[in-house]
Amino acid sequence: MSYFIDRRANAKHKSAVNRQRFLDRYRKHIKRSVEEAVNRRSITDMERGEKVSIPARDISEPVFQHGSGGKRTVVTPGNREFTEGDRLRRPGGGGGGGAGEGSASNQGEGVDEFAFTLSREEFLDFVFDGLELPHLERKALVDLDEVRPVRAGISRQGVPARMNIVRSMREAHARRIAMRAPIRRALREANEALEAEERKDPVLRNPARISELKEEIARLEKRMEAVPFIDTYDLRYNNLTNQPQPSSKAVMFCVMDVSGSMTQSHKDIAKRFFLLLYLFLERNYEKVELVFVRHHTAAKEVDEEEFFYSRETGGTIVSSALTLVDEIIADRYPPGQWNLYVAQASDGDNWDDDSATCRDLLVERLMSRLQYFTYVEITPHAHQALWEEYQNVAAEFPARFAMRQIVEAGDIYPVFRELFKRRVASP
Amino acid sequence: MTRRKPIATGSDWNFAILTEFEDEIARLADEYRLDTYPNQIEIITTEQMMDAYASVGMPVGYSHWSFGKQFLAVEQAYRRGQMGLAYELVINSDPCIAYLMEENTLMMQVLVMAHACYGHNSFFKGNYLFRTWTDASSIIDYLVFARKYIAECEERHGVTAVEQLLDACHALQNYGVDRYKRPSPISAAEESQRQEEREAYLQAQVNTLWRTIPTSSASEILAAGRGEEDPLGLHDGGRYPVEPQENLLYFIEKNAPLLAPWQREVVRIVRKLAQYFYPQRQTQVMNEGWATFWHYTLMNRLFDEGLVDEGLILEFLQSHTAVVNQPAFDSPYFSGINPYALGFAIFTDLKRVCQSPTDEDREWFPDIAGSDWRETLEFAMRNFKDESFIQQFLSPRVIRDLKLFMVVDDDQEEMLEVAAIHDERGYRRVREALATQYALSVREPNIQIYSADIRGDRSLTLRHVQDSRRPLARSVYPVIRHLHQLWGFPVRLESLESDEVVRRYQWPLPDEIKQE
Repeated sequence: MSYFIDRRANAKHKSAVNRQRFLDRYRKHIKRSVEEAVNRRSITDMERGEKVSIPARDISEPVFQHGSGGKRTVVTPGNREFTEGDRLRRPGGGGGGGAGEGSASNQGEGVDEFAFTLSREEFLDFVFDGLELPHLERKALVDLDEVRPVRAGISRQGVPARMNIVRSMREAHARRIAMRAPIRRALREANEALEAEERKDPVLRNPARISELKEEIARLEKRMEAVPFIDTYDLRYNNLTNQPQPSSKAVMFCVMDVSGSMTQSHKDIAKRFFLLLYLFLERNYEKVELVFVRHHTAAKEVDEEEFFYSRETGGTIVSSALTLVDEIIADRYPPGQWNLYVAQASDGDNWDDDSATCRDLLVERLMSRLQYFTYVEITPHAHQALWEEYQNVAAEFPARFAMRQIVEAGDIYPVFRELFKRRVASP
Repeated sequence: MTRRKPIATGSDWNFAILTEFEDEIARLADEYRLDTYPNQIEIITTEQMMDAYASVGMPVGYSHWSFGKQFLAVEQAYRRGQMGLAYELVINSDPCIAYLMEENTLMMQVLVMAHACYGHNSFFKGNYLFRTWTDASSIIDYLVFARKYIAECEERHGVTAVEQLLDACHALQNYGVDRYKRPSPISAAEESQRQEEREAYLQAQVNTLWRTIPTSSASEILAAGRGEEDPLGLHDGGRYPVEPQENLLYFIEKNAPLLAPWQREVVRIVRKLAQYFYPQRQTQVMNEGWATFWHYTLMNRLFDEGLVDEGLILEFLQSHTAVVNQPAFDSPYFSGINPYALGFAIFTDLKRVCQSPTDEDREWFPDIAGSDWRETLEFAMRNFKDESFIQQFLSPRVIRDLKLFMVVDDDQEEMLEVAAIHDERGYRRVREALATQYALSVREPNIQIYSADIRGDRSLTLRHVQDSRRPLARSVYPVIRHLHQLWGFPVRLESLESDEVVRRYQWPLPDEIKQE
């Protein structure tokens, strides 16, 4: 006797709990792998999961086993040239070759890697684990014009699409009971009267009264039926009201120096940094817009392609870019509605007199409106005027302004982690 | 025999077709007198198959990270295309649950039904080990009980505490089985009913054990006699346990001094499940060989009757050939002896010996040669495990076909020696050696609990009897560490070679003791 059961519709991820437990248990190992992966990956490549390897030794489940040594007898298939009594050299590595099962698993220990794939979500969880956006303040409600409809009880007015059927039917039912009650009472009285009349001795009966009562009953029954099953009066609608929402939109300005001194590898490093920041913002805000501003002596808003790949030469005036950012903010991103982030990458070169201008621009105009400003200087060399001026800014806005130096690609992730490390709430 | 129209052609399937095939296979199986549990055939998706895989095929299991690890490994291998998901997964339960994967072709579905629902199923029902050691009707209920109990423990005592306990139990689960006595059948209803009583009773028993200082009786047993230090002979109570104990987890469950009642219950759960899987570990060759033999036989019968067409049978033969392929030892694909290949070869040859015996067969198998093949195979399936099955039925012909040979690897010799090959002089020794290779007692180190010092420092001493001077692998340290966690007091392990202690292990490590 047999029967078939179609289980395909049943829950799939029965192992999800176990999988999560495994990831939690080996958090440390996985994080190390993820860190390596972030530094190794090509730039456009953060959108997928990651293969992670953990030394098999670290996650083995130990059991009592035979070690190597002693006398072992092994039967294996596929003999071609051996005859009894032949002596063979031990195959290299101890295990392998003729050793067969049993020994193979423990011989390989230490070399084996346990490899598996993290999904994109899991991967990013690990990348940004323990990080937080500083000053992730929801914009104050007053200056917000962003609203979200929320359920707010039941109302008598509304559009048919929002009709609450259950409530409407309940209202109708109540109304029917209420409207029929007096008719029903009158009907009962009429019926009783009629019966009483008919029970009388035929001589005493009043035919006029009987027909009157019958008419009355017919009239009442008609009225009963005339009570409508449902009336517009019964209809109820789910009510929605608009609730002001804290803004969950962010805009990220990528500012990069593209003067002659920035090589492609500088730009690659910058791009990775921007990308990490973008992914991080994306996890914290519902919507993130990107604005690319590049500059040499003059600044220009460009698209992503041009931002990273077109080449320019010439000198460097950083303030041109900051001015442009300021204009764009004034123009398109009112700070009441947008969370503003600026990430600037440069090799530290700037026109001599310009650095002071940059500082003034930041201190006086920009910083008060920004959530966070990060500056990375990609250079192995000594710092120049811009760095020093920025240090003054950092001193003035320690919580909103961060700057770090990056020498090579391997520094990006550590620097990023340091910039966004979760800070213990300062008093 | 009249040739009928094929039930279906092509590789698509639907439930009507499957049911029809199932009926035909059932009819043929009945003709061969295959005795099976009812079948519950479940159609599942790839993901569900991976889930099932990760939990060793158990339809319900408790949560543990090691199953997650298993799942990730399976997923990885599958995604990379290194491994087709095993096309069959079957659970020793009544009714017998078998899984069919949604994306398999029609041929695969028919093959799996023949293999799992009639091959494995009849093996589960017939083989003496399964009949003695497992209780097919109650396993699913017990799994449900175990899952619920462990989830409750996690709620009450925290996930980490339960996880560590399970880690420790898993390390010892191969030593959580009774090898020589039949366990009482497990039943979920009874389990949960009795679980609380048991908790109380067990704890009381343990308390008594550790409280009592027995009066000296069989004082001769222990060599450490009455000395000046102990004039009253308080330490002469004899060794505890009196006999060495092979079931480590059972001993822990009943005797570990510090375990809380719920921890004892978890130890018990792991032990019961280990016991359930114990027969499977001992009958791999037979079980797979039997199932493969029957899917081969049944599929060919379907073809003979015209119920499947040439396309399907060719696809089947290709798949079957891959399953029973045995790469040679020097092939890059070699990974030990393929149990499907060996088992299939032995059963097939057994049938041949019965039907058309040669002189060699008459000499080797005087009782069997020429007998009724169906009865002989049934006898072989019912009454043996891998070790004895090979010892009894591996014929010279199969040894020749597989070109089996025997190599002795002695670390005291410089070279390996080919001790026997597939020739007249070698058959018996090859067969003997191969049978031994499948004996669990040889595959796993022989370790037993020797004594628990209940009157002294409460340390636990285990003894490992070396087999052919083979030492323990380094994993011994993490394992005794786990054992130490369960026992709560120092754990010692002695390796014995011909009754002499050649190696000692202990946990905590000695220098740690000094530091304390």
